[in-house]
Amino acid sequence: MSEIELTQMKMEGRLSRPSTPSRARTNRAAQRTFFIITLVPVVLIIIVATALVVRAYPILNSYSFSELLFGDIWRPNDGQFGFRPFILGTLWVTTVGVLLAVPPCLLVSVYLAEYAHNRLRTIAKPILDVLAAIPPVVYGVWGLLSIVPFVDDVLAPLSERWLGSIPFLAVTQPTGFGILAGGIVLAVMIAPLIISVIFEVLSTVPNDLRHAALAVGATQWQTIRTIVLPQVLPGIVAAIVLGASRALGETIAVLMVVGNVPQIPTSVFDTAYPLPALIANNYGEMMSIPLYDAALLGAALVLLVVILIFNILSTLVLQRFLRRS
Amino acid sequence: MNNTHIQVNNLNAYYGKQHALKDINIEIPKNQITVIMGPSGCGKTTLLKTFNRFFELTEDVKLTGEVLVDGENIYDPAVDVTEVRKVVGLLAQRPSPLPMSIYDNVVYGMRIHQMKKERAEYKKSVRHYLEIAGLWEEVQKRMHDPATSLSIGQQQRLCLARGLAVEPEIILGDEPTSALDPISSQNIESRLIELKKDYTIVIVTHTLRQAKRLADHVIYMYLGEVAEAGPAHDVFNNPKHERTKQYLEGLF
Repeated sequence: MSEIELTQMKMEGRLSRPSTPSRARTNRAAQRTFFIITLVPVVLIIIVATALVVRAYPILNSYSFSELLFGDIWRPNDGQFGFRPFILGTLWVTTVGVLLAVPPCLLVSVYLAEYAHNRLRTIAKPILDVLAAIPPVVYGVWGLLSIVPFVDDVLAPLSERWLGSIPFLAVTQPTGFGILAGGIVLAVMIAPLIISVIFEVLSTVPNDLRHAALAVGATQWQTIRTIVLPQVLPGIVAAIVLGASRALGETIAVLMVVGNVPQIPTSVFDTAYPLPALIANNYGEMMSIPLYDAALLGAALVLLVVILIFNILSTLVLQRFLRRS
Repeated sequence: MNNTHIQVNNLNAYYGKQHALKDINIEIPKNQITVIMGPSGCGKTTLLKTFNRFFELTEDVKLTGEVLVDGENIYDPAVDVTEVRKVVGLLAQRPSPLPMSIYDNVVYGMRIHQMKKERAEYKKSVRHYLEIAGLWEEVQKRMHDPATSLSIGQQQRLCLARGLAVEPEIILGDEPTSALDPISSQNIESRLIELKKDYTIVIVTHTLRQAKRLADHVIYMYLGEVAEAGPAHDVFNNPKHERTKQYLEGLF
């Protein structure tokens, strides 16, 4: 062994001996604690999912999946637990909400990201954040006071007059409560999220690309249409899916305006009874009915699984985008 | 002077409060290579950007004075900016291939301006401009590969072809070889020398040797002003201003 190597070993020996052992120990302890705390959210999801499976097990054991998911009748007293009206109610309200939200959200985010002056952007973004911070129950009250009467007084007569023959737009009942009111409220609630995600995604497109198109004489709109939007299409879809997953789980605001009648909807003017409303309205009551508790938690499980899938898919796509920038 | 292609009169440009170009008055001759030189931050790129109205893409900028292309002020309110950029093409500092195929890159501007009617005409033009850019041989068998699969040097020649395809009269180059290796740079330089018989070329460069190789006409800028402008031979061999002399001697 050469002399240099020997010295190096000696050096290492001196450096690896901690001068103040307690300091190193504190550091290690802190590191571990933070690691464990970081794990909590992950563990929480697993615990919630497991608990739901365990608590819903009795009903999963007594009925087949297809009986539960595709059963039309919800009569807990008679032992009939068909989720289909609730699942369809959720899908209808969510679909209407997303369909109403997407076109204006696209226009707003493209405007903010591509056209707007920096000053407008710095004003508009915080306002959108505030819109996202309004408590859902306030949206619910707004829906009750404004949207339900608006649907009843304006939209329903309009549709009756001009669009009544279109299958999904027939006016079916005399109140403003229903899928359309729920969808409008949802659209406003998910708009800030969709706008800000699409905005982020648009910001990942390098300016060099825009300039390359502008340099050959493309207009700004041509540049957006032919270069920017095709680049971010998957990201826009992901933003919409993320908005949809928020809409799927939204409970109180929808519950207040949607009518809550378990039926298979045929028109946007129908009332509906989405899954979250079912759980929120009934859990904790009439628990003496056999399997009722398990059925409601089964509904919660269905909701959780669908929302998790939506979330994971959109997050994967979005991460790819945001990493690129 | 009949030979002037771009004439700049009393041009002042501001980024916010910063006075970037100060009272610029110059003439850029037709069918020559004009090289804009000067230390970094002197406003040479800013000046170049005023020629295709890219200057206004930055926020909070202001511009006074005129830039005449063939006697027409491109800052006149009646002027359509997309027409300006069609006539005045730009080769950017970094090659910026559009995220599409090689073929679609060249065809992009022609489609934007609906310059041709039939597919076959587009095809013919694509070949023509790729040949001018010296890229045809290398890409003719892979026209539908993504443009990003090309090497950086090839990408820059593709961008040249894309720019030429909209039939400009003037080509601006913002340090167009600074991201390239020496062989690719040389390739672009020889393209530019070939092209000057049909186009007016304005290049910003920070390498003196490149300026000496390319320039017919030189504009030397210092702190937002034109310190000296004239035929390359005069400026290089007999600089009138102290700053130019020092720069040419490599003092800063």
